[in-house]
Amino acid sequence: MGEMEQMKKEAEALKTQIEAARKAAHDTDMASAASGVAPAPRVQLKTRRTLKGHLAKIYAMHWCTDNRLMVSASQDGKLLIWDSHTGNKVNAVPLKSSWVMTCAYAPSGNLVASGGLDNMCTVYNLKTPVIKTVKELDAHTGYLSCARFLSDTEILTSSGDTTCVLWDLETGKQKTVFLNHVGDCMCLSLSPDMNSFVSGACDSLAKLWDIRDGQCKQTFQGHTSDINAISFYPSGNAIITGSDDCTCKMYDIRADQEVISYQDAALNSGVTSLDLSASGRLIFAGYDDFNCNIWDSLKGEKVGVLSGHDNRVSCTGVPGDGMCVCTGSWDSFLKIWN
Amino acid sequence: MSNNSASGLVSLQKSVKQLRNEAGIRRIKVSQAAADLKTFCLQNAHKDPLLMGVPSSDNPFRPPKSCALF
Repeated sequence: MGEMEQMKKEAEALKTQIEAARKAAHDTDMASAASGVAPAPRVQLKTRRTLKGHLAKIYAMHWCTDNRLMVSASQDGKLLIWDSHTGNKVNAVPLKSSWVMTCAYAPSGNLVASGGLDNMCTVYNLKTPVIKTVKELDAHTGYLSCARFLSDTEILTSSGDTTCVLWDLETGKQKTVFLNHVGDCMCLSLSPDMNSFVSGACDSLAKLWDIRDGQCKQTFQGHTSDINAISFYPSGNAIITGSDDCTCKMYDIRADQEVISYQDAALNSGVTSLDLSASGRLIFAGYDDFNCNIWDSLKGEKVGVLSGHDNRVSCTGVPGDGMCVCTGSWDSFLKIWN
Repeated sequence: MSNNSASGLVSLQKSVKQLRNEAGIRRIKVSQAAADLKTFCLQNAHKDPLLMGVPSSDNPFRPPKSCALF
């Protein structure tokens, strides 16, 4: 008993030490530091494409690195590959389990992955004459919330079992298991240099992980509910999170703390998804209230809104060249805006 | 009972180790972090189509205006 008490005391002391160190570094916040920056222009984007084809709620979408093709996942039990320029469907992948929650496009364009309540991540080859399932990654004990390819041989997944896993696609086995969250992991984002990733979970924490040594390097707190969406800032030094607490936040990695919160008293819907414009200046955040709000990441002000969906915006994605933003919704449509 | 306290202790040991690691990192001042973020954003602004606006001639999502010949 004595040892437990001692450990608890040490844990409390360390938490106090971390808070004090963060406070000491907190000589300003992002909005104050950006007070001299010219406001972002009022952003008025138009719907350029409405992609119709899914027969049920869309849960996820992901752009291919060619900035033209994209994959979407719906609980109608299909992955659809779209040519965003023409609006045509290029491929349809029937899923064994229709309870899909995530999809991903490999950087090479050769593979796509999906997963959900089946607790598995299934990887498909798009380049064989007939689309083939190449791997079923089966070791999570909870739903698959997000998947991201590092290459054609490695994929990262996050799960409702509170872990994230790095898989070897050649063997189909787990290479590294990232253990530290105490709530369902809901989302993940790879750093631009691919050496680390961040995860958001239902424990309201975001964590930064080293991909190679499997360690949790930093933990970011501040949200008061599940973190559903997360993305690295293009510079690699900050992350943006979106939560059921109706706010988005920016955490700076080197300052190890929250530097700005994106919120509005009139907004009382949870954030489901988010992505950033090419420079990081604009945050596109999808909400349960059917809208996608656009935030000035430096000044914390709302600068626009994408309205047009008839149900929750469940996924948001900006392609690598930053030319547009795609929103996917429970109304079964995807819209492309710029 | 003893099993519970053993696993509770292991779990607590892991938490303390994690907290020690996180406490030991070097932190920079928010003013420096914010300045760097600002600089990055502003330097890349001209390469941000959604921020700058996409001219219709360069917009792959906008059909080029067709010419009517009479």
